[in-house]
Amino acid sequence: MSGDATTRVPETAGGGVYALVADFDKVDVFLEAVARVRDAGFSKWDAHTPFVVHGLDAAMGIRPTGLPFLVFGAGLTGCAVGVGLQWFTNAFDYPFLISGKPLFSLPANIPVAFELTILFSAITALVGMLALNGLPRWSHPLHASRLLKRATDDRFLISIEAADPRFDATRTRELLEAAGALSVETVEV
Amino acid sequence: MTSSAVVTPIPLDNTTDDPTRRAPLIVGDNDFASVTNAVCGIVEMPRTPPAWWIAFFISVSLTGVLLAMIGYLVTTGIGVWGLQTPVAWGWAIVNFVFWVGIGHAGTLISAILFLLRQKWRTSINRFAEGMTIFAVVCAGIFPGIHVGRVWVAYWLFPIPNQMAMWPQFRSPLLWDVFAVGTYATVSLLFWYMGMIPDLATIRDRARSKIRWFVYGVLSLGWRSSNRHWHRFEMAYLLLAALATPLVLSVHSVVSFDFAVSIVPGWHTTIFPPYFVAGAIFSGFAMVVTLVIPTRKFFHLEEIITLRHLESMAKIMLATGMMVGLAYSTEFFIAWYSGNSYEAFAFVNRAFGPYAWAYWIMVSCNVIVPQLFWVKRLRTNLAVLWGASILINVGMWFERFVIVVSSLSRDFLPSSWGYYRPTVVDVMTFVGSFGLFMTLFLLFVRFLPIVGMAEVKGVMPQAHLREVASQGHGDYHGDILTERGEVRR
Repeated sequence: MSGDATTRVPETAGGGVYALVADFDKVDVFLEAVARVRDAGFSKWDAHTPFVVHGLDAAMGIRPTGLPFLVFGAGLTGCAVGVGLQWFTNAFDYPFLISGKPLFSLPANIPVAFELTILFSAITALVGMLALNGLPRWSHPLHASRLLKRATDDRFLISIEAADPRFDATRTRELLEAAGALSVETVEV
Repeated sequence: MTSSAVVTPIPLDNTTDDPTRRAPLIVGDNDFASVTNAVCGIVEMPRTPPAWWIAFFISVSLTGVLLAMIGYLVTTGIGVWGLQTPVAWGWAIVNFVFWVGIGHAGTLISAILFLLRQKWRTSINRFAEGMTIFAVVCAGIFPGIHVGRVWVAYWLFPIPNQMAMWPQFRSPLLWDVFAVGTYATVSLLFWYMGMIPDLATIRDRARSKIRWFVYGVLSLGWRSSNRHWHRFEMAYLLLAALATPLVLSVHSVVSFDFAVSIVPGWHTTIFPPYFVAGAIFSGFAMVVTLVIPTRKFFHLEEIITLRHLESMAKIMLATGMMVGLAYSTEFFIAWYSGNSYEAFAFVNRAFGPYAWAYWIMVSCNVIVPQLFWVKRLRTNLAVLWGASILINVGMWFERFVIVVSSLSRDFLPSSWGYYRPTVVDVMTFVGSFGLFMTLFLLFVRFLPIVGMAEVKGVMPQAHLREVASQGHGDYHGDILTERGEVRR
């Protein structure tokens, strides 16, 4: 997936550093640190948590995703496909007269149209979520991070990329340490 | 700000209600790491426990029986079953409805309880979703082999075939194909999506190259990013919102198979809600049947707590009463409608040749759940487990009564008959339990059976200390202001 612009490493990145990763073990300290990084004006940075931390989206300043619109579109498509399929097969391509019932009648078509609406929307919700997230992506510089392995267990991380215009190896590290990081790791490309 | 570390372990019995604070969802002395260890520990066991192997051997053998019976059926013909006019829908359809019904609890727990913000669902939703999928797999087999010429089963789908005809879309049987097909697909997506972060946990803890690779591939390169979590949460919410009407529609459509016909005892408008309530009832019973031994065997009592089991008992009590209400409403309407065929169908159910089945159904589905009014009984694991099995039995008999008693005596007394299953019928059904248990055992051994990421999110440590949420904190108070202060 090439859509994930935040992971592109510019040639100017000093010393092959990809990012600084800091870890925290308390939610409250972590949320304050996240808000500090946000207020420092970074753009290419992220937080990594073992579960959804409520309030973190606000602390990071993440804007709402457009996924619902995608799913809504897929639902409309599914519904149209469901009605169209039944009209085409039973009323148009091979008129199918059963017990004198109308060839095309909406009430009888509702269950299939409904199921296809759900099917199309649900597949889009999963595939759309993965696509917007740039997943699957099995190779990523951050996977080299030692700390990241604990972000799926019990640690809360902040990663700031060297590609960020405000990144400065020393000052960014100081910022993270001052915010209460347990440790700060340098991840190389 | 200091941590919200739990100083004293929370007692194992969390079923007491104290109005001043919410009951804890996770008991004992647990933190995030201990939850990870408890759940991943099952997958990471260096040696598979002998008990697992014994259970697996039995299950695989029964699956073999299922396959042998299907092979015999396909090579010989539908006549090996006890199907005879007038009962052309026998055990195969009974088993289909039974298994689909069981497959309702998973989506109910993961979708409806999610929308209702029932946080206790987090400990059991993965487990129930897995069970749902395995039950739907078993369910799908029966109509598939019931069509007789299984090699043309693809005629069920709107794909061009040698007859140059399309399926008949005004038939509830075809609606079923779409409803069950969609349900199986959506349940699988929901189950898998929720599992991605947990598969990443196993990947990150892997000591062996193979485990790292397999779980690495399955977790799609998940790196716990909050920008990803943000969309993940939205996708989860959307799937829950989509799966909620879906789960209600599936058993409604299954009930249309009966209700749209003109057979007395089937042609009733109460069927959709009645079937859905019954499906949830049987699904929870099966979750309880499986979860009690599993939590004991893998020592998950601190995560799947007594309170979880008690909540499920309460849901069984409620849905069991709904089913009981439906039974009595059917009788009332049979009398009140003044339709003599309808009245006969119901008197015949309760006092005719299948009265034995009817009263098994009523005893198991209406009387047994009444035990759950008493707290001592519903928190007693032996009673709860025994009752859940009886409810499963009762719900199978409910479908048997509906299918067989109505068909065996319809409008024309000269065509009445008495349906008996054959050995092949029985062995096929027993074999389907083998398939169900085989899939279930593979699931508990190789996949995270508790949604770790969700359980951690409802622990008190996941929330700010200032919030008087006791681990149930929602968005209230957790939101930081633009300046990074906690908004109260």
